[in-house]
Amino acid sequence: MSSTETRTPVAAAPKPALKINWVRLSPVLYTIGLFVIWELGARISGLPHTILPTPTRVFEAIFQYWSPIWKNSVQTLYTTVLGFLIAIVAGLGIGLFIGWSKTIYAGLYPIMVGFNAIPKVALVPILVIWFGIGTVPAVLTAFLISFFPIVVNVATGLATIEPETEDVLRALGAKKLDIMLKVGIPRSMPYFFGSLKVAITLAFVGSVVSETVASNSGLGQMMASAQSNFNVPLVFAGLLMLAVEGIAMYALMAWIEKRMTGWAHRSTMSN
Amino acid sequence: MASPLVSIENVDMRYGGPDGTLAVSGLNLKIQRGEFVAVVGPSGCGKSTLMKLTTGLHIPQSGSVVVANSQVTKPVSIVGMAFQNPTMLPWRTTLENILLPLEIVERHRHRLRAHKAEYVAKAEKLLETVGLKGFGEKFPWQLSGGMQQRANLCRALIHEPELLMLDEPFGALDAFTREELWCVIRDLHATQDVTIALVTHDLRESVFLADKVVVMSARPGRIISEHVVPFARPRQLELLYEPAFNEMVQKLHGEIATARAAA
Ligand SMILES: Nc1ncnc2c1ncn2[C@@H]1O[C@H](COP(=O)(O)OP(=O)(O)O)[C@@H](O)[C@H]1O
Ligand SMILES: [Mg+2]
Repeated sequence: MSSTETRTPVAAAPKPALKINWVRLSPVLYTIGLFVIWELGARISGLPHTILPTPTRVFEAIFQYWSPIWKNSVQTLYTTVLGFLIAIVAGLGIGLFIGWSKTIYAGLYPIMVGFNAIPKVALVPILVIWFGIGTVPAVLTAFLISFFPIVVNVATGLATIEPETEDVLRALGAKKLDIMLKVGIPRSMPYFFGSLKVAITLAFVGSVVSETVASNSGLGQMMASAQSNFNVPLVFAGLLMLAVEGIAMYALMAWIEKRMTGWAHRSTMSN
Repeated sequence: MASPLVSIENVDMRYGGPDGTLAVSGLNLKIQRGEFVAVVGPSGCGKSTLMKLTTGLHIPQSGSVVVANSQVTKPVSIVGMAFQNPTMLPWRTTLENILLPLEIVERHRHRLRAHKAEYVAKAEKLLETVGLKGFGEKFPWQLSGGMQQRANLCRALIHEPELLMLDEPFGALDAFTREELWCVIRDLHATQDVTIALVTHDLRESVFLADKVVVMSARPGRIISEHVVPFARPRQLELLYEPAFNEMVQKLHGEIATARAAA
């Protein structure tokens, strides 16, 4: 009797341990699947490497050109992150300013929307005239394209404080600064951290576009020159590196968001 | 008799400039120290406006509002407020939410850091009074609606206000929770040295809790009648089923129905 009792849990225990967590594993499997389909598709269709290289050929290119790929990847990551960091500082500052009062919010919001409607690519030639080709226009393009979502999110978080919360605090003698520090800024943080995911993705768009048209380093420039040499596998290798950098930075931002504003997820979940 | 804690005389309050909504007009109300006053009236008649005038969140265009012997020209921090929506800050624990007013009120904010333990003890005592002992470390989303409203009351009381203003605080709660909280408020009023003004649309609530029920007219609001509630304290929930109690509720109901029809 007692022996069966002790054996049952032992027999049952390994089962869940062996069970594969398909949900956790599925991103990996789908990625492998994508590469397999790409490989098979490229081989079966018989398209030449100069049009659609197989993934094996692309990985070969990464291996073969590792030194320039590494150097240019670091350069692109550097310009992107620098532009992104400037966007965070400026975005927070401008966002706090715009969200400070409903009047400023009403007045500046349309201007911001208008500014955002300009395709930032069109600004690259101007930046080149001002700063020459190279790192500076890439950083600035990354900054210009990515700071808008940060501004909008921070400002919206501030401008939408519940009037009742404001009344309770004002009745206690709170100044505008008190209300901003105690309520406005903490409550805009989930908006702010949420916007970082969008902003970092856009920052890559900005830096690569600028590198492509006006630089002598970075993945954008490397891909442009590989393309003019008909080195299509290297172009695809550059794309792959961009994807890796983009995913890594996005994951980092998602992680930061979760760490910093866990309360927002939990409190909305219960409502 | 000592001068009243709140004295509102001939107040007109118009929102949104000269052509805006006239919310209250010719408003007169006195609240004595230690008194429990309930304000009832048709929806949109200016009850919340009355609250905001008393706390100095709005300054009237004409007439005078005097609280604790001084003319109200800016927010008066001897008041604690609680609304229907508990507005707890979700990133703070219940205890931190309750301590929030102390970070604002001039007389406490400079002492808070050095005397933290003393204030925390006070907050925990308040939590115990409203039946939330041990819930201080919980976040607001971990509390039920009724519990959040209890915590909200603690927040309104932490800086020991002389006047507690409650604007339909129990409107969003179910009947049983509401009756529990009536008892909490009743006991707070009995034990703490506080004057209470309660805005409500629940006439039974007003009669059960208040010393005096004032009825407002439809907008623009003014006081059309005042009724002293004759029932002895301490009142028990059984009172709700006594004929005299229901008679009074019915009389109030009739008055408000007439006031609404007049609009
Ligand atoms: N901030 C405001 N701006 C303009 N009108 C307002 C404002 N607050 C209240 N009112 C108007 O004043 C009247 C009285 O409002 P309120 O005091 O909130 O009524 P109650 O609390 O009795 O329902 C209503 O007609 C309302 O529309
Ligand atoms: Mg109201």
